[in-house]
Amino acid sequence: MSEVRVVLVDDHAMFRAGVRSELGTRVTVVAEAGDPASAVTAIRETVPDVVLLDVHMPDGGGLAVIEAVGADLPGTRFLALSVSDAAEDVIALIRAGARGYVTKTISADDLADAITRVADGDVVFSPRLAGFVLDAFRDTPVTPSVDTDLDQLTPREREVLRLLARGYAYKEIAAELFISIKTVETHASNVLRKLQLSSRHQLTRWAADRRML
Amino acid sequence: MREATPDRDHGVVTSAPGLLAHTAVPRLYRRPDSGLIGGVVTGIAEHLHVRRRLVRAVFVALTISGGLGVALYGAYWIVLPTPPGSGRGRLPVWLEYLIGGIALVAAVSGVFLAVPSGGRLFLPTLLACLGGALIWRQATDVERVRLRRLSRTSLAAEGTDTLGRVRLVAGAVLVIAGGAIVLARADFSAVRDGLLAMAVTIVGLALLTGPWWMRLVAQLGAERSERIRSQERADIAAHLHDSVLQTLALIQRNAASPREVARLARGQERELRTLLYGTRTASGQLADQLRRAAAEVEDGYAVSVEVVLVGDVVLTDDLSAAVDAAREAMVNAAKHSGVTAVSLYAEVQAGVVDIFVKDRGTGFDLAGVAEDRQGVRGSIVGRVERHGGSVEVSSAPGAGTEIHIRMPL
Repeated sequence: MSEVRVVLVDDHAMFRAGVRSELGTRVTVVAEAGDPASAVTAIRETVPDVVLLDVHMPDGGGLAVIEAVGADLPGTRFLALSVSDAAEDVIALIRAGARGYVTKTISADDLADAITRVADGDVVFSPRLAGFVLDAFRDTPVTPSVDTDLDQLTPREREVLRLLARGYAYKEIAAELFISIKTVETHASNVLRKLQLSSRHQLTRWAADRRML
Repeated sequence: MREATPDRDHGVVTSAPGLLAHTAVPRLYRRPDSGLIGGVVTGIAEHLHVRRRLVRAVFVALTISGGLGVALYGAYWIVLPTPPGSGRGRLPVWLEYLIGGIALVAAVSGVFLAVPSGGRLFLPTLLACLGGALIWRQATDVERVRLRRLSRTSLAAEGTDTLGRVRLVAGAVLVIAGGAIVLARADFSAVRDGLLAMAVTIVGLALLTGPWWMRLVAQLGAERSERIRSQERADIAAHLHDSVLQTLALIQRNAASPREVARLARGQERELRTLLYGTRTASGQLADQLRRAAAEVEDGYAVSVEVVLVGDVVLTDDLSAAVDAAREAMVNAAKHSGVTAVSLYAEVQAGVVDIFVKDRGTGFDLAGVAEDRQGVRGSIVGRVERHGGSVEVSSAPGAGTEIHIRMPL
């Protein structure tokens, strides 16, 4: 477990210290950074498996970090961490390439679990992010879009998201739907891909309309 | 006027003892408390250090020879300030205005009699002067300072660049042209020409004084928004004091009880979120009601409720019952599950609302629940079914509990 190398980016030193001690030996925190510029330097130096990234920071926030290094380091994954729950911020980070989003009130165990999963290439949906996505893809597009595959969720994906929003873990979803955990993970990463690539203009407008959920 | 005249004579004027005791030239004030009518003559006499009788004689002479004295007296009355600290004068305000009005009428008719052809120009000019004087008299000291400063800065400053100079010249030309048309056409019946001349003059005046007015308006707007801003700052400070500082104090007192600290922090977090981001849901909506219920359970039972809502709909009686049932389910989870986290998920779909309350606690054996236990059967299942909905409870010992409330719309 402890071979997952993590860079911690948050502008509050107290929060970083808290997370670091909570995570203990379950992951290895190789660097910390308090602002986007030093985060970019630290990430380039250490090339971690996972960057735990605060959404809200001065000088551009987490988005600036992903935009600066995301394309150069394909092996590094980003997990967004936010206290604000503002839909447009979270969606912006996911669309920039973050592999998941959790709230800062998450328990230490869940956070360590989420980091490990992201390091393994999985996607982490908090219940709230699942709710965001369901809401954003809720109504069918009025005009038939160019790429329907990308702009609509399959019924199965909706089911998975609903269970995520209800607070189910992947394992529980697999049991509930009589599918393997691997299949649940596939559904989740497909949803994330749609969220990142969909050109639905509703997605942007929806996020702007919805400052908070 | 402030220049001392050669015939100043100290100590001659005795009617206002003490006022002239100092040797410096007194400021020109109106003396409403010691004069005969408005105190103008007394004020001028004091300022020039001459006898009041002399000044009064000059005014009378001017009045007799064409009415100028009355007009001059009225103008002084309006413009001259009263000395600081003096009373309003012996004359009541209404009498002051009455005398002013009579003087005005007398002056106007006098001018009409003396210069019949000039009357048409004279009257508007007089009215304009009167309006300006009235504004000046109504203004407070602060406003006067501002008006003075504005008129100085705007007319001069706007005239320095090319555009300003063009504007000034154009405005002046138009005003003069308007006046010239009036003068050239002495024909009274040419109402149309008169209107045209007036329009030209007004456009000219607008060009001349437009920036001044706009600056005045802009300044007033800026002052108002500054007032609103400081009001908002005060509101936020008051809010932070009332809620955040109180909560922090409570947290310090309850530092020994993590559960209580978590409850306080969570309640404060919710309140701050509402203040900062505002709830975007209108009251009387399902989402609003569910959030409120979750907040009440959080406060009352020291658990955290993760609320995820998809879609929204106007609250009906049936939905109110569903919300009450969901609240009861959350309370049950808080009381009996043994964990401190509860999930609430609600989704509005076509024709139906689904509400899920889930915990990962101890769970229970449904068959083992006594028939008479009110919690699940009465408050949740019975309540929802009475309103045409259905409830599904899935739970097993050690596997947590999930209650699914489904209410058709």
